Amino acid sequence: MDKAIHFTLNGEEVSFTMDRDYTLLWVLRNHFGLTGTKYGCGIGFCGSCTVLIDKEPVRSCSVPVSDVEGHRVVTIEGLSVNGELHFLQEAFVKHDATQCGYCTPGMILTAYGLLAKNPDPTYDEIIEGMEDNLCRCGSHVRVIKAIQTASEEIQGGKKL
Amino acid sequence: MKNTRHLKKDFKDIKSPSDIDRRDFLKYLGGGIVIAFTAGDSVLLAQRRREMPSDFNAYLLIEESGNVKLFTGKIEMGQGVITSLAQMLADELDVKLDSIEMIMGDTDRCPWDMGTFGSMTTRFFGPPLRAAGAEARATLIKLASEKLDIPESRLQASEGVVYDRTDRNNSITYGELAKGQKIAKIIEGEVPVKSPSELKIMGSEALRQDSVEKVTGRAKYAGDIQLPGMLYARILRPPSHDSKLKSVDLSGLERFSDLKVVNEDEMIAVLHASPDVAAEAINAVDTVYDTPRSSITQETIFDHIKKNAPEGEAVDSGGDLKKGMEESEILVEREYLDGYVAHAPIEPHTATAMIENGHIYLWGSTQTPFPAKDEVAEAIDFDPEKVHVRQVFVGGGFGGKSANGQIIEAAQLAKITGKPVQVAWTREEEFFYDTYRPAGVVKIKSGLTSDGLIKLWDYGVLCAGERGSQQFYNIPHHVTKVHGSGWSGRSSVHPFRVGAWRAPANNTNTFARESQIDIMAHEAGMDPLEFRLKNLGDEKMAGLLRLIGEKFGRRDNLPEDHGVGLSCGIDAGTYVALMAEVKVEKSTGKVKIIRVVCVQDMGLVINPEGAILQMEGCITMGMGYVFSEDIEFEGSRIDTKNFDTYELPKFSWLPEIEAYFVDARNDPPQGGGEPAIINMGAVVANAIFDACGARVYQLPMTPARVLAAMPG
Repeated sequence: MDKAIHFTLNGEEVSFTMDRDYTLLWVLRNHFGLTGTKYGCGIGFCGSCTVLIDKEPVRSCSVPVSDVEGHRVVTIEGLSVNGELHFLQEAFVKHDATQCGYCTPGMILTAYGLLAKNPDPTYDEIIEGMEDNLCRCGSHVRVIKAIQTASEEIQGGKKL
Repeated sequence: MKNTRHLKKDFKDIKSPSDIDRRDFLKYLGGGIVIAFTAGDSVLLAQRRREMPSDFNAYLLIEESGNVKLFTGKIEMGQGVITSLAQMLADELDVKLDSIEMIMGDTDRCPWDMGTFGSMTTRFFGPPLRAAGAEARATLIKLASEKLDIPESRLQASEGVVYDRTDRNNSITYGELAKGQKIAKIIEGEVPVKSPSELKIMGSEALRQDSVEKVTGRAKYAGDIQLPGMLYARILRPPSHDSKLKSVDLSGLERFSDLKVVNEDEMIAVLHASPDVAAEAINAVDTVYDTPRSSITQETIFDHIKKNAPEGEAVDSGGDLKKGMEESEILVEREYLDGYVAHAPIEPHTATAMIENGHIYLWGSTQTPFPAKDEVAEAIDFDPEKVHVRQVFVGGGFGGKSANGQIIEAAQLAKITGKPVQVAWTREEEFFYDTYRPAGVVKIKSGLTSDGLIKLWDYGVLCAGERGSQQFYNIPHHVTKVHGSGWSGRSSVHPFRVGAWRAPANNTNTFARESQIDIMAHEAGMDPLEFRLKNLGDEKMAGLLRLIGEKFGRRDNLPEDHGVGLSCGIDAGTYVALMAEVKVEKSTGKVKIIRVVCVQDMGLVINPEGAILQMEGCITMGMGYVFSEDIEFEGSRIDTKNFDTYELPKFSWLPEIEAYFVDARNDPPQGGGEPAIINMGAVVANAIFDACGARVYQLPMTPARVLAAMPG
């Protein structure tokens, strides 16, 4: 039996009609074409599929799409507005925090969630907040620097 | 890597530039100026000639619009060559870095290339690329001289414009010069390139050319290609590589609607428009396998290797081992073990395939697009000219994406079903089909005098590979024997496929060699840095060690349970030394790296920022094989299935990292993506010993192994 669910996706009201429940990750990628959200492990362990649900970073590979009914979902594509990079994205560019780039969307959205809760994190708090996101290329040092830069910009008055 | 032998080529044999008659080629490209060049083995190229003119394997194009395009079969997988190659070209050609478009790994638009591995892109591709850039600039200046009627000596090029030195307003752009031209040249001779002091873009900081695409999610990887009517495939996998399927029951698939089921050519697959449905369906297939048991596990593999390793081949020797024994007062005989390690890129092997009008189009995560093309042509019986591999970003490779199993599967399924197909390996499949870094054993018998001179070095590496096995100390009586290549050819020793893993074989060899050197230093009662200096004849390495000693600073003021280690080595032409401070928790054997200092002599550094990033990446990634990464298996059954049991380095593991390179701008550029990782095993092992007297001979150095090695 088909059922429609409604949610906000990158600021727009959307609906998705389903004959069964699907994984949020695949709905975002295949139905909505938002391929910035990546599959990495399928068990919520690596963080490359991270999206924001009501500003909270969530592993979309482990969430049924029915769970987002009525919620606000933001993917990496929704972070930049009118083609302008979000300053968190800019910080990643500035510090060369990407190598292969595959874990990057998940890193940025996890960092967003961290800064939303704690706009001025200490080094240890950044480590703790990012701990469960995996990067194989070893860009960790740069990711930390990017988050520190973004945090400084928040202190300087920028809104996340 | 065996075929690196073919690539030890300098470019002195390049002849003078000549016009080439390649009208079809220019027609294909449109008008403009084309400069083609060769990097690599031309015999190999001739054998592999396809539809592109085959006496070169890369070219640059200056279009009538003034745009510059560089076409190369190399691929970008995070190592940053999309930026460093553009830097080399921009500098020689005198254009802005961002005016260069990189066309990479597209088998139609780019000439044949064997693949991206072995830190070869910058070393072997760089010099002819620079020559091509210089030749293009010279051609443009000559054209400008004719158009402006000014002698060449009065002209200068800058940022895509040629102008009169005496009147800067009298100028003409590259685009205007390229307009209406049909010039095709092939670099065949020595072309003067800029001297180090003239370089503006090379050696300067350049941010990655691809980062905006990557931070916005716009960068397209193989799985991001979505085609109308595309099906997601899941393929039935055996419980082990040598399992035999005895019976299969597909009746459980009847309840799925719109499911395509493939059961032919020994492949059972289910395909659906939703990956969720395909995953559920493959689990509904009932199977009975005959799975042979095996006594070979991650514990017994080393005895297995020692019993079954092939005869050794001496790759280096000198003096007389017997004399070495006689001249030695202290003998040190040790054995080092290294388990199987996965490549584990965060993007698993993925491919999208589509057949249209008898042609197949493929988007695959691969380090070897051209070999992939040939493999697909053979697998599905297509004319290679009808197989097209397109450019995509690759989400990490490290050697593992030289194997193209998923691309072949996607091609087969596209052919069978007639639909566009995506094969995206799950993490479990990625672990199962990986070509692991081979397990290996290194046996070393070495001898020294009581005042610290090494006299004897009898070295054998079993089944791990040759790279990095040759020592570079000044030892009068020595032999290095390599037993088995590690991976090429069929090996009866490893129970499953193995392959090249970032700095292949060198991680295992350097762990063993530099641990042994450290042990000998302690036997002689000498500081490990002084001991190495005393035994080094190689002035470049000695200089690097003195430098790292300075950069690391004081070592005599360490807190309790802290220790410092040193390790050095050579990889991909680059000399590299590391020092690290660790803290050992004596009650648990847990080790934390506090600080790592890395110094590297890699010749001319094209992109300093990128080079530092690669050093940091090597150090961070290397912590995994040092502390935790170890494939669990029984025979060809892989028990490691996901990241919950295969632990990659995490943010909390990070030490303070300082990376430096020697200013060697007059030397040719060397590899940068791999070298710094080779020292991670020994630098940590030696630091652990310094901290608590525990000598660990096996990688990974898990807390249990450190605890077991604790003295007393």
